[in-house]
Amino acid sequence: MTDTITEIPVAPTAPEAPSPAAPPAPTAPAAPVFDVPLENAGIAHGLYRDGENISDTKAPPGDIQSKWTTRQFEAALVNPANRRKLTVIVVGTGLAGGSACATLGEAGYNVKAFCYQDSPRRAHSIAAQGGINAAKNYKEDGDSTYRLFYDTVKGGDFRSRESNVFRLASVSTNIIDQCVAQGVPFAREYGGLLDNRSFGGVQVSRTFYARGQTGQQLLIGAYQALERQIAAGTVEMNTRHEMLELVVVDGRARGVIVRDMVSGKVETHLADAVVLASGGYGNVFYLSTNAMGCNVTATWRAHRQGAYFGNPCYTQIHPTCIPVSGDHQSKLTLMSESLRNDGRIWVPKNREDCGKDPRDIAEEDRDYYLERIYPAFGNLVPRDIASRQAKNVCDDGRGVGPAIGDFRRGVYLDFTDALQRMSAEAVAEKYGNLLDMYQRITGENPYEVPMRIYPAVHYTMGGLWVDYDLQSNIPGLFVTGEANFSDHGANRLGASALMQGLADGYFVLPNTIRDYLSHGPYPKVEETDASVVAARTSVQARITKLLSINGERTVDSFHKELGHIMWEYCGMERSETGLLKAVDLIRGLKDEFWRNVKVLGSAEDLNQSLEKAGRVADFLELGELMCIDALHRRESCGGHFRVESQTDDGEALRNDDEFAYVAAWEWGGEEGMPVLHKEDLVYEYVHLKQRSYK
Amino acid sequence: MKITLKVWRQSGPKDSGGLATYELDDITEDMSFLEVLDVLNEGLITSGEEPVAFDSDCREGICGMCGLMINGSAHGPEVTTTCQLHMRSFSDGETITVEPWRADAFPVLKDLVVDRSAFDRIIQAGGFISVNTGAAPDAHAVPVPKENADKAFASAACIGCGACVAACPNASGMLFMGAKVTHLGLLPQGQPERDARVVKMVNQHDHEGFGGCTNIGECAAACPKEIPMDVISQLNKDLRTAMQHGR
Ligand SMILES: Cc1cc2nc3c(=O)[nH]c(=O)nc-3n(C[C@H](O)[C@H](O)[C@H](O)COP(=O)(O)OP(=O)(O)OC[C@H]3O[C@@H](n4cnc5c(N)ncnc54)[C@H](O)[C@@H]3O)c2cc1C
Ligand code: FES
Repeated sequence: MTDTITEIPVAPTAPEAPSPAAPPAPTAPAAPVFDVPLENAGIAHGLYRDGENISDTKAPPGDIQSKWTTRQFEAALVNPANRRKLTVIVVGTGLAGGSACATLGEAGYNVKAFCYQDSPRRAHSIAAQGGINAAKNYKEDGDSTYRLFYDTVKGGDFRSRESNVFRLASVSTNIIDQCVAQGVPFAREYGGLLDNRSFGGVQVSRTFYARGQTGQQLLIGAYQALERQIAAGTVEMNTRHEMLELVVVDGRARGVIVRDMVSGKVETHLADAVVLASGGYGNVFYLSTNAMGCNVTATWRAHRQGAYFGNPCYTQIHPTCIPVSGDHQSKLTLMSESLRNDGRIWVPKNREDCGKDPRDIAEEDRDYYLERIYPAFGNLVPRDIASRQAKNVCDDGRGVGPAIGDFRRGVYLDFTDALQRMSAEAVAEKYGNLLDMYQRITGENPYEVPMRIYPAVHYTMGGLWVDYDLQSNIPGLFVTGEANFSDHGANRLGASALMQGLADGYFVLPNTIRDYLSHGPYPKVEETDASVVAARTSVQARITKLLSINGERTVDSFHKELGHIMWEYCGMERSETGLLKAVDLIRGLKDEFWRNVKVLGSAEDLNQSLEKAGRVADFLELGELMCIDALHRRESCGGHFRVESQTDDGEALRNDDEFAYVAAWEWGGEEGMPVLHKEDLVYEYVHLKQRSYK
Repeated sequence: MKITLKVWRQSGPKDSGGLATYELDDITEDMSFLEVLDVLNEGLITSGEEPVAFDSDCREGICGMCGLMINGSAHGPEVTTTCQLHMRSFSDGETITVEPWRADAFPVLKDLVVDRSAFDRIIQAGGFISVNTGAAPDAHAVPVPKENADKAFASAACIGCGACVAACPNASGMLFMGAKVTHLGLLPQGQPERDARVVKMVNQHDHEGFGGCTNIGECAAACPKEIPMDVISQLNKDLRTAMQHGR
């Protein structure tokens, strides 16, 4: 897919030296009250305060190509004999966490790992279908580290940090080597070498895959490496344990409070450093392609302890998911977007036709809206545009499929033409497993009736703010994988999340955390330390509170309502009035939650309602911050369309003059306002350009 | 649709447990089986009864977290996971019995939730290739015949759900173990540890209290990923070879 690009020349930027701004304070000090100019909606409405700018101080100066080598060299070493004396806690054992645990274990550190499922093999990384990018250039089609870097920065709509993205692209090749050595069965060609495909509209074939189960195979590889270290005694694995609080002592992350989800016991675990690899928070929307248990609790609790939350409003919405079939719906299923290569997307021109059998709707009464609006790209426009236009036609009353309430959420993805052009066998050969999956879920035969699709929340680019070392602003707290904000800017390219998770876990974190650990062991912390006791007491108090409210509404009913608010006002299209309304609604809902939620059972038992209640309580707070972040970002960027920022013909308009920065939010206290810290983004290598697909 | 559910309720590992009966109206064919349990639970909570505990996560048939005996079959009447089973596979007015996996090696924790950590311990015993991070040669250094790579993939498709064990009258874990031994044994990278792997995994399997295989084939019939019985033959072959090599 080629996109016509209008170049906006940028003034030469000051390269080299990292900005002299002071490193962020170790803990979240009570932020001073500023008199801020009323220049922005959020401030004007008293929803947040401005804080000092921040910057990354860890990426060494110099050419982008040499930064990572320099950093690896400068990061101090830890004597092998000392490694046993250093303990690292890793929360989350998906691709990002599992790979980190294995690597740190191999190096000889003492690792304590946690996950909420019954086995690390079940982390949501397992569900990734499409593939993993790596700049191997095995196809000799002009790919390179630099091109992968360039595509990722541009794909992220110029809202990511160049230094981090370049490193990601450079270690990508090592990932494939490592995985093959572990026995990951990637697809191969007849000559026995690895096969690649082009993915997500890029022009080079750099995506490695294992049929439609790439995430599964990569995770099983990391899981096996992790289990090997468990057997070797370097990693202590705690499954069915949920992290509920971060322990910060003297300004440093020193441990976590977890709940054993089987016995209900609240436990304290202390260490020299803590790594959060707890995944994304798409479930704030209730319905998403995430697993049922995906949550924000680990990162949100850390945020409340002082860690900055970067770009919380950046979420990716995927256009080709199976639509909602009713109120009972518990999750949404993704179908590969490769379907758009041969399927045609349409809705009826007339609202009266929406309830009809699509096969009875005449050709001239169909609106192939993507082909109509974007003749050059048609059905292959980028994810965000395809998603937004689907919403527009449904909002216009022309959606199809079952009406839920009085609204139909779905558009047709029609293979009729393809079936005529290519034969049913050829279609089955190419898309068989996807079409079967569709039929299994909907009970409709896509070879006979056009499929229905609708966009769904799929990935969250936002997450805890980290520097080049993947360290948050709390010393000793590292964040990897989807849980951090880095690398993907305002929009993630297909097949790059798996790459980031494994880059972070196998190759980046083990190098950067050693610099921090080389200053350890840190002073011993006792369980009786005031900060530890406070963290633990607050966890227990919250559990007691949730169980004692005994109101009228179930946890799920609150979660659904929150999801609805987020989808309506903080989804694909956002406006100032909508977001202000959402903040109000969420506050009301949060208030009701703490008065009227009904959680049965006891604390000392396997209690799934209690687990959900804690997660939803955190989603309610996150949802509010996401709306505030979206409100303050008065520009359309990545997949986020801001009504107040569009071109004359209604397309997204980015505003680089005002918003070329990372919004890193500091927790403002229970009754206080969040504080906005900006990290300015400087593009020295990839020039800022506006997207255009018309 | 209207259905009657007979659901296994057991308050904890020590409780003896029993079936409870619930009637549900307003079930639609489009609902997944687990969504029916969600609806049941919403109703139970509202009426002040503790909801039924059951495991699930991805609800896409890939994580292996879900798994119920439905009318006596592991994952119910179709060849799929419990989360991918939809109500159109049942008829209006049907009574459906829902129980947890049954096996000594998978003790019940609560209601429909069981402990499958024995599977992790089998992998710990040898279900891996020993290669430290950073020690790998270039991915193209060793070509793998496509046929072997494809077969390895087919075995690696196991999701570790435990249906094979639940379906087997002997509660054997041989299909699960055979899938891993076959996956790694087909690849050049898996050769150096091949003998040791199979011996250690089999020892751990027996130690966990799984039964032996008597070639009944219920495991392969219940497997949502259609792992064939061949992997058990391969496991036995590898074990014999290892013995001959004196492991
Ligand atoms: C359907 C789908 C398809 C996708 N396809 C692709 C693709 O083709 N290519 C691609 O690159 N990306 C894809 N992605 C995105 C990618 O899969 C994820 O972004 C990535 O796998 C996240 O990995 P992770 O290790 O950061 O988190 P996860 O794999 O989600 O792991 C999170 C871990 O944290 C643990 N955890 C969470 N909270 C807690 C807590 N409070 N206490 C204790 N433990 C906790 C969990 O138990 C788990 O172990 C897809 C995503 C989805 C949903
Ligand atoms: S819930 Fe993941 S396989 Fe069923």
